[in-house]
Amino acid sequence: MSGFARLVFLGRLEDLAGTAGLAVAPGPLDQVLAGLDRELAVALLDDRIRLALNGDLLTESGGITLVDGDELAFLPPVSGG
Amino acid sequence: MLDVRLSDRAFDPAREIAGFVSRVPDAGGVVTFLGQVRADHGVLALEIRHYAPMTLPGFQALGDTAVARWQLDGMLIVHRVGEMAPGDPIVLVAGASRHRRDAFAATDFVMDHLKGESWLWKRERTAEGWRWIEPRGQDHADRARWG
Repeated sequence: MSGFARLVFLGRLEDLAGTAGLAVAPGPLDQVLAGLDRELAVALLDDRIRLALNGDLLTESGGITLVDGDELAFLPPVSGG
Repeated sequence: MLDVRLSDRAFDPAREIAGFVSRVPDAGGVVTFLGQVRADHGVLALEIRHYAPMTLPGFQALGDTAVARWQLDGMLIVHRVGEMAPGDPIVLVAGASRHRRDAFAATDFVMDHLKGESWLWKRERTAEGWRWIEPRGQDHADRARWG
């Protein structure tokens, strides 16, 4: 398989990941997360974290498969004013 | 006229307001709201981060909703991202209308929704370091006012 997908970490997830974004091999999300640092993967799976694929908010996070060029963003709860 | 912007550098509220007012010559009233970094005890800096594919489109959709809901000559939303110091402007919202009620309501509506629904993440720095700011229950109550 060629190419890569990109994971984007917002808010405190960026601090936890130590980077704003990460290039990963495309594939099922479960498989992508299994390749990450365990503590980060657990934080990304928290049910308060919302996901956006290529800028569109996902209502259902199950069964995602990333393909070449996809950008998957992990969005923690937004801050109040 | 709807003007919605994110700014990664300081903006001058007086200049923005003057520019906006010059574009709505037929308005009878202009309401402006300026939010600035609160000088809370011990807070040295505030940083706001955004996600480009979603943050500005979200602001634009909010502006579109306000324009559709009230009789407006114009609506302005300018929001800072990046690092700021206490007293720095964060957000400027202005509404212009033939009669003042529409401008008041639209500006208030936009602020209530910006505060709780924007794709923005904030952290503040004190002597102990940076700390992420968690959601506030009051923001939900503020939005619920609008039905």
